[in-house]
Amino acid sequence: MRPATRRRLVLALPWAWMALFFVVPFAFVLTIAFAEPSEGLPPYAPLLRWSGEATAVLQLNLANFQLLLDDPYYLEAYLRSLRVAAVSATICLLIGYPMALAIARAPEHRRNLLLMLVILPFWTSFLLRVTAWIGILQDQGWLNGLLLSLGLIAEPIPLLYTDAAMYLGITYCYLPFMVLPLYATLSKLDPALLEAAQDLGARPLRAFLQVTLPLSLPGIVAGFLLVFIPAVGEFVIPELLGGPGAQLIGRVLWTEFFQNRDWPLASALAIVLLAALVAPIALFQWRAGR
Amino acid sequence: MSPSERPFGPTSLAEKPGAAEPWRDPSAEPFLRIEKVTKRFGDFVALDEVSLPIYRGELFALLGGSGSGKSTLLRCLAGFLEPDAGRIVLDGQDMAGVAPYARPVNMMFQSYALFPHMTVAQNIGFGLKQEGAAKPVITARVAEMLAMVKMEGFGDRKPAALSGGQRARVALARALAKRPKLLLLDEPLSALDKNLREATQFELINIQERTGTTFVIVTHDQEEAMTMATRLAVMDRGTLAQVGTPSEVYEFPNSRFTAEFLGTANILEGVVEGVEAEGVRIGSSELDFDILAEPAASKPLGSRVFVALRPERMRIERTAPGSAPGDNRLVGRVRDIGYYGDFFVYHVVLENGKEVRVSQPNLRRRTERPVDWEDTVAVTWDRQASMVLPE
Repeated sequence: MRPATRRRLVLALPWAWMALFFVVPFAFVLTIAFAEPSEGLPPYAPLLRWSGEATAVLQLNLANFQLLLDDPYYLEAYLRSLRVAAVSATICLLIGYPMALAIARAPEHRRNLLLMLVILPFWTSFLLRVTAWIGILQDQGWLNGLLLSLGLIAEPIPLLYTDAAMYLGITYCYLPFMVLPLYATLSKLDPALLEAAQDLGARPLRAFLQVTLPLSLPGIVAGFLLVFIPAVGEFVIPELLGGPGAQLIGRVLWTEFFQNRDWPLASALAIVLLAALVAPIALFQWRAGR
Repeated sequence: MSPSERPFGPTSLAEKPGAAEPWRDPSAEPFLRIEKVTKRFGDFVALDEVSLPIYRGELFALLGGSGSGKSTLLRCLAGFLEPDAGRIVLDGQDMAGVAPYARPVNMMFQSYALFPHMTVAQNIGFGLKQEGAAKPVITARVAEMLAMVKMEGFGDRKPAALSGGQRARVALARALAKRPKLLLLDEPLSALDKNLREATQFELINIQERTGTTFVIVTHDQEEAMTMATRLAVMDRGTLAQVGTPSEVYEFPNSRFTAEFLGTANILEGVVEGVEAEGVRIGSSELDFDILAEPAASKPLGSRVFVALRPERMRIERTAPGSAPGDNRLVGRVRDIGYYGDFFVYHVVLENGKEVRVSQPNLRRRTERPVDWEDTVAVTWDRQASMVLPE
């Protein structure tokens, strides 16, 4: 086998992966988004129909997209999801940056242990961890119990099923996705750069703002996106910890899919969500690459 | 002598006739006083009561192998490390507890440590910006610095778009932009290839003379230290093995360590047998011959000494097999010849198996070698060339 052929073969693997697990499912969803809902299984009508006389009719139903634009309910859910994701990613950044910096500056033999501690929660089930927070936050939970026994509060304060609980849950679950890329960037920074800044008269805070922070920007962007993107479509955490009024796009999607059995509308929702997320990121990548 | 009076030119201050030598003047006040500085890392003593006066306008080299303490001393001067004991006094100011950002000291880093996200001009202006200098002041100073290092027109480039030599210049300009009292250079030219390194060495000397700044340079490269420094200190395991001008340390090493560290030296062992009219007579304990040295090299009778001989101070000639050794005359067989272009190095094996190296300038082009492989040769030298060192 020639080297060029071998190289192409190796490259074919990720392409095949992408095709099998992203492009094909995406094509299914896209097709369903343009279908009309119907009773039965699957609950939508095929796009291509035979109308006798050897004629195939391709019918694209745009009503789903029309509905998404017309009904403010969906737009609000989108905007709310974006806001929740942005706030969560920002909180993760504020907590994760000092953590990543501390790990990057820790003695070398201790760094692996600290990184391990960051990843450790992944070793238990995601659902279990979120459910554990219910036990901590509910009215008869540990936190209220502690505050009551300390005499700080007279009666339990509602913590569970609030926005705060939802943000807490999202931040808790996604923090490692912020810490890891930040650590990767920060640990690669030449310590001499910070010394040079101090040597030239920059106090530690100014040295951080002028040297460390701008040079860690790629890590900040990567971490922010890694938290932001999954948080936009997050369903489980708002469902388990968040308030009932919080209609996030993940929950709307679930409702349309499983409760209303309106697969075409749910698919359209997913397509729009994907486009809304991919477009700005693609634009960012394109501008960064220039 | 003020900096402007110093002549420009590609010569080291040390070799320049009439150059100021404040270290010979007992009344001269050192500009930088390092007093009994000790630094430990756990059980390891990196600096052991190092005391060193350095004078204004010097280009002082700290020379040593890895682990000798030279970098530790430099980092103590910069303020990145605080000595465990002892004092560092710069221009009358005790540096104890003074943070790196508050010291009138700047450093040219080994990796240059240029800020990759800033342009060359922003890098050079960084220090002045921290002082809160006005924009026009910074711009003017940056232009002046760029001209000094011959980098006009490169101000808008990012460091990644520069060659190694250009980066070194920018690093130097950045370190000098604040007009520090003391400039520290950490292996400044180790990343450059040989020709560029030599050219840059002379440029560094020129800039040092023009600005009059006191330089302390750390290097493991003895050639770099010899060509650049007014004085140098050879460091060994946290102590100063010897301090002096390059020629003093090279010609009059005080120990076997310095003799072998600076340049090459053949070491012969012997016992002082007598002081005669023509000099000190040292009986070789390993070979059947005597070494003569200058009377100044006198050590007590009967004491065991090392005699260090520089390869370039020895002569080599073909002789008849079986020829007898004599005073300052060894007989051996050529085992190997190293061809370096500008000189030859002959490896001569003596009767007892010991090997000495003799170097000879390559004076004529493509003629027969006067001495060839396996020749029996006599190696001779003048008694001034015998450097007698305590055992």
